[in-house]
Amino acid sequence: MNGAAFIVISVFTLAAALAAATLPNLMHAALCLVLALLGLASFFFLLGAEFVGLALVFIYIGAVAVLIVFTILLTRRDSKEHRGLNWSGVLIALAVFAGLTWAVLKTQSLSIVPPHIRALTIKQIGQALMTGYVWPLQCIGLLLTAALIGALVLVMEERR
Amino acid sequence: MTPTLQAFLIVSAALFSIGLLAALSRRHAIFILIGIEMMLAAANLNFIAFWRFAQPPHPPTGVMIAIFSIAISAAEAAVGLAMVIAVYRHYRTTNVDQYDQLKG
Repeated sequence: MNGAAFIVISVFTLAAALAAATLPNLMHAALCLVLALLGLASFFFLLGAEFVGLALVFIYIGAVAVLIVFTILLTRRDSKEHRGLNWSGVLIALAVFAGLTWAVLKTQSLSIVPPHIRALTIKQIGQALMTGYVWPLQCIGLLLTAALIGALVLVMEERR
Repeated sequence: MTPTLQAFLIVSAALFSIGLLAALSRRHAIFILIGIEMMLAAANLNFIAFWRFAQPPHPPTGVMIAIFSIAISAAEAAVGLAMVIAVYRHYRTTNVDQYDQLKG
């Protein structure tokens, strides 16, 4: 694992995420969210979980980001925010970050370097999904079906 | 220099805090959903980092949980954005400060 790549990816991801959280224009914020998720996917590639990185790109950037952009276009009337940031939210977020960082830095057993592992192949992931994780997989399928039917029912026009 | 587990956890904590900032301090419903998505993604980074830094041999549990968590967040985004559209039809706004009909 490369230290320089880690620094570049983390700076890119955090800058894009901060832009997504603070830009006043909603469309720009959604596009910055796409950039932040792309950075996150490259973290997964760096950590050796290529399948999860690809799934993140397909699902988040291919589906969720398109859904967010469509929603922005459908609710276009007030896609700009006139008020600035709410400062109590900033304070709470800073406090949470300080607390988490303090806890992580205080724990000595976390300052370890990655061990050498054999690469996780897609075949192994598929076998695990079809053997040990078959019930969670079915439940996720049911959940996705229910969520999509529920989303359709929610946005269906009411008959008058 | 190889990054340690602490470095990944701190980046993930920063991403989570930025998501929390977006969810707490914005007034637009879609911004709040973007913040929640970011917090979920930060949790996924933790799962993958802990899986990668565990001593071998280990089962791919962290990878599996990350895959399931991505699927659940996709379902959450679909339902959340449908709710934003449904509420927008009634109130003609996406500003969450004006959704105050249930306020006592």
